[in-house]
Amino acid sequence: MEFSLLDPFLWETVIQGLLFGGVLALLSLGLNIIFGVIDVVWICYAELIMLGMYTIYFLYTDFGVPLPLAFLAGILVVAVLGALLHHLVIRPILHTEPINQLLVTGGVLFFLQGLATMMFSVEFRNLGVSFGSVSVAEMYFPVSRIIAFSVSIVAVVALWLFLKKTYLGTAIRAISQDRDVMPLMGVSPRKIYLVTSALGGGLAGLGACLLVLLYDIHPAIGLTFGPITFMVCVLGGLGNMIGGFIAAFIFAEFIALGGFYAEVEWGYVLAFVFFIVMMFIRPQGILGSKS
Amino acid sequence: MLTLENVSAGYGTFQALFGVSLEVRAGEAVAVIGPNGAGKTSLLRVISKVIPLNGGHIAMEGQSLDSVPAHRVIELGIAHVPEHRRLFPRLTVEENLRMGAFINGARSRFDERLAFVYELFPRMKERRHQLAGTMSGGEQQMCAIGRGLMSGPKLLLLDEPSAGLAPVIVQQVFDLVRRIRQEGYTVLIVEQNIQQVLKVVDRAYLLEVGRIKMSGASQELLENDEVRRAYIGL
Repeated sequence: MEFSLLDPFLWETVIQGLLFGGVLALLSLGLNIIFGVIDVVWICYAELIMLGMYTIYFLYTDFGVPLPLAFLAGILVVAVLGALLHHLVIRPILHTEPINQLLVTGGVLFFLQGLATMMFSVEFRNLGVSFGSVSVAEMYFPVSRIIAFSVSIVAVVALWLFLKKTYLGTAIRAISQDRDVMPLMGVSPRKIYLVTSALGGGLAGLGACLLVLLYDIHPAIGLTFGPITFMVCVLGGLGNMIGGFIAAFIFAEFIALGGFYAEVEWGYVLAFVFFIVMMFIRPQGILGSKS
Repeated sequence: MLTLENVSAGYGTFQALFGVSLEVRAGEAVAVIGPNGAGKTSLLRVISKVIPLNGGHIAMEGQSLDSVPAHRVIELGIAHVPEHRRLFPRLTVEENLRMGAFINGARSRFDERLAFVYELFPRMKERRHQLAGTMSGGEQQMCAIGRGLMSGPKLLLLDEPSAGLAPVIVQQVFDLVRRIRQEGYTVLIVEQNIQQVLKVVDRAYLLEVGRIKMSGASQELLENDEVRRAYIGL
């Protein structure tokens, strides 16, 4: 294909990439905050998203719950799951070797995936909600992607304001810098970890709201988004939310442009090659400081 | 105000304090002096319940601290400015001060107390948007004391505020302690810089290997031959 900056399809692709980048940025947010604050990687993060998608799907299609309420319920359910994951699985092994936390959340991944397969079967389900698309100067964009992008950006800004302007948000940033001094401030570290886990879960739940509009739901959908979410976080600097934000757009453009010039699969291949090369050049991530 | 009765405490299997009794009365400044490893820091840490109380009793204004968890001690009016300051290095000065006002009772008075701390330490006002970890040791100590004051405590616990600072700055830190006393705070201070600290407090306890060896008015201790020989080097 010839390269031309005047090609409206090229611009459509670039903008599609931006829209997808916004969604990836939101997906990486929850994983990043958990790592940045609790120093644990939730390998099963995308499976929490999957459960959120099922929650929304069943409430909407089987129980006739209006979509906005189903979304709210999805966010709350995954927030509770996040808190439970911390309380039941992470906390008992928080002070052991980091590899234990990776292994155990990896185990939870397969548990949740297996559970979803048993309960919901491997059938692909679709919410069946369509918002149509809009056209701007010969370019077409699905409205659902524009919604997803907008919600992502609003969520990123809201989270930033929460962390920067509130007592609780400041405590969440503080505890990642010095955990042991927190009780002297009147803060219970245990409580902050639980709140942070619920927050990370809630962000996964918000991710579920957006993905359920864009993709079919099936028990293995976590495997589609889990690895890329993790790589976005690592490329940005694990735990660094601004880095993750930038990395999300880099990845999304690789995938979108790869899909434009070849096939989407090539976009993923290129993105992963870029990731591997970056890990040699800058193993701490774009904005990471820790090695 | 604060009473310790026969307090024992330690870390794991290591016992740091053996039956320590002491008292701090309202409006007083009291020092706990002693050599390195005497248990001075442990004493403050057990009052804050950061390390468990293995025996004896602690009470603040008649209320028992024995079964109060660490994060509730500050609600009883005890603020602990820990050893090595322990500021949050990647939070700004003002965010560190906000953490000092985290407890419910303190948030509504944040603006008022912030103005007070800035008046006490004008340098902190100049640096309020600077990351705490990028300041000098003396400035960090001001910020740490300011953070302690933000909860509006009745009793301030200061752990080695002069440690690791240049001699000129050490003098400033003790001036600060004097200033805080004048503001009406009750202070319990732990120090290795014995000669200096005895000039700013009313009374002192001498702690040696986890036991109170001597106590009295600061002037008495300053003039005591044993203290002078062992700790002041005269």
